[in-house]
Amino acid sequence: MADRPVASAAPKQPGESGLLGAAVTPPSGRRRSNRFGRPSFLDRAPFSMLPFIGRQRWHLLTRRDKLILAIMVGIPLVLDVALIWGSVLVDALWSLTDWHGFGAMTGGGPSHQFVGLDNYIQLVSGTYPFFWTAVVHNVFWLAFLMFVATPLGILMAVILDGKVKGLVIYRTVFYIPVVLSLALIGIIWQLQYAPDSNRGWIDSVLAWLGYSHPVVFGLDIPFVKDIPFVGQWCRDVSQTDWVGGPLAIIPTVIAASWRHVGYITILYLAGLQAFDPTLREAAAIDGANARQTFFKVVFPVMKPINIVIVVITTIEALRAFDLAYITNGGRSPLELLSTLITNNALSESTRVGFGSAIAIVLAVVSLVPIVTFLLMTMREEKQ
Amino acid sequence: MSDEAVTPDEAAAPTEPSLKPSEAAARALLNHVEFDLIEAADRAAKAREEASAAERAARCQKSPVKTRARIKFRRIGLYAFLISITCVWLMPLLVAVYEALRTNSDVVRNGIFSIPESLTFDNFITAWGSTEPSFPQAYINTMVVTIPAVIVVLIIGSMVAYAISKYSWKANLLVLMLFTAGNLLPQQAIILPMYRLFSTHLLPWLFTDNGGTLLYNQYIGIIVIHVLFQLGFVVFVLSNYMKALGNEIIEAALMDGAGVFRIWAGIVMPLCKPAVAAMATLQFTFIYNDFFWALTLMSTQDKRPITAALNTINGQYYTNYNLLAAAALLAAVPTILVFLALQRYFISGLSLGSTKG
Repeated sequence: MADRPVASAAPKQPGESGLLGAAVTPPSGRRRSNRFGRPSFLDRAPFSMLPFIGRQRWHLLTRRDKLILAIMVGIPLVLDVALIWGSVLVDALWSLTDWHGFGAMTGGGPSHQFVGLDNYIQLVSGTYPFFWTAVVHNVFWLAFLMFVATPLGILMAVILDGKVKGLVIYRTVFYIPVVLSLALIGIIWQLQYAPDSNRGWIDSVLAWLGYSHPVVFGLDIPFVKDIPFVGQWCRDVSQTDWVGGPLAIIPTVIAASWRHVGYITILYLAGLQAFDPTLREAAAIDGANARQTFFKVVFPVMKPINIVIVVITTIEALRAFDLAYITNGGRSPLELLSTLITNNALSESTRVGFGSAIAIVLAVVSLVPIVTFLLMTMREEKQ
Repeated sequence: MSDEAVTPDEAAAPTEPSLKPSEAAARALLNHVEFDLIEAADRAAKAREEASAAERAARCQKSPVKTRARIKFRRIGLYAFLISITCVWLMPLLVAVYEALRTNSDVVRNGIFSIPESLTFDNFITAWGSTEPSFPQAYINTMVVTIPAVIVVLIIGSMVAYAISKYSWKANLLVLMLFTAGNLLPQQAIILPMYRLFSTHLLPWLFTDNGGTLLYNQYIGIIVIHVLFQLGFVVFVLSNYMKALGNEIIEAALMDGAGVFRIWAGIVMPLCKPAVAAMATLQFTFIYNDFFWALTLMSTQDKRPITAALNTINGQYYTNYNLLAAAALLAAVPTILVFLALQRYFISGLSLGSTKG
């Protein structure tokens, strides 16, 4: 049986591969404690059992190098895990108590008792009415961003990806809100929503059209009045201002979208510009029109970015805090899960146990998109 | 086919003497088939191209004017959409600028859509001095927090990214996930223990100006929390970037006796300059824009950074929208300037986080 001979026996260049590197003596006089030499204490148990003793390049490192690497990762990792993930754990423990003991450590009072799942039951059963309202608000926030703002951002990215005159202007206009803080956006939109036809431009336009703020949403219009959900909203809005009625969440989430659309446009445009043009050419040759090309070719290929966008949108919706807080302190009618946490445990009252239970709900819900995203990234990484 | 069934010309093939005859035959067959397939695909593609070209030509022939008109119409529609939506997007900022330049009584009297009686910078001047904290103080507070936080988070983040992307550990993926997930968690989910931890009298014997807390109501505390929270994002983006760099240069440096720290400082960081610049721009805006941490972990008004100060200003000027607009614009100016100057870095920073992720 004649096997193929080795193609070439030429010596490989040093540094070409990690494995060969070990066989070549380093030119310097530094002693390398590689696996062929004297084992370092890091190679011995229990260190050898540490999961992070790998193979690649590891044997090239001196004891000192390994120590430096361990410090480089170890200290930030320990702090990150202890403070962020430890906080979640502490939240979980506190959520099982009725602790009110904020403020001075000694003056907390006796109320630090284990109450089991009482806090959660109180949340779910509706004895604390704000919880379900907040959940609805967060869900609405998410739905609006996901099904209105995000598609609009993608549409803008697709348009700006084509040949458009004055691209820089459109792009800049859409990107500027992205660099503004949400608190600032809350203030800027207060100016828009000012409930007076002399102040807010929305009401001014309405006045110019012949309506005053209460009339356009008032009870005078029989058709609108009779629509179950909308009619109620119109009645409520007509009593107060845009961000004061029970459905103030709608104007608020529109303000949030002002920023979110630009954010999505940036992300999606980056993806589109990295898109393989031959695929699009192929689609064009096959006679696909612009819409077909986008939905059948571009969109599926952009799956990694689509995932990132869905995750970012979800996280943004769960994190929503600043806008509601700057508008009315995150109280009703703008309560969100995030503002309930601070309002219950940091400002008005100090129901730490109860606030922690809400924090745990928020954390657990957030972990769903986070874990999904990370698992998908990991799968990609392994391929 | 077995070894015995050797055709003479295959056995005598001089070009590949080491090849097993059976293998040679299989290869020849395969080549042929492959060639056929490629040829067929070529022909099909050519035919399709011709067909679609013909179709297009036919379509144009049928109604060249109509098609051109339709394209033109579509173009106009596109621009109408773009321009109108851009106007809508610009509206809130324009309204803010317009209000800030006019006096309160002017707007109350004439409405927002009116020719201003006079344009004035008085609102900016009033807002600059009369807020609580005053604007110069708030800017200083912001910078005292933002600049160290950005520098520290970039240094630590790049070290972690370097260590987990350039040296293969079994758990490096897990480490990366822990950091990234920590950054994605809502801040409000961890605020209660953080608040408690920050306001603990860590060193009772050390008397600070805040009754003994080292972190609560201290600039250093806000810096620490920013570094901790933003670390995940920096590590995620930079490790993706570093993975794309070649390993050869690092191996060569290791062989030459450079330590890991020197490689980080002398080789990896210079190579990562574009990514680090992008991250610096992005982190600056993120930390500058922070509202939540400063609001909850900084209790003295005079020490609050600009965005958290906006909350106070908002309450202070509730009745005077013109002053409020001026204050909001003053707070917005630094980030808008940074964005306009470093737009490229800002955008590439955001896309670095998403395109490879």
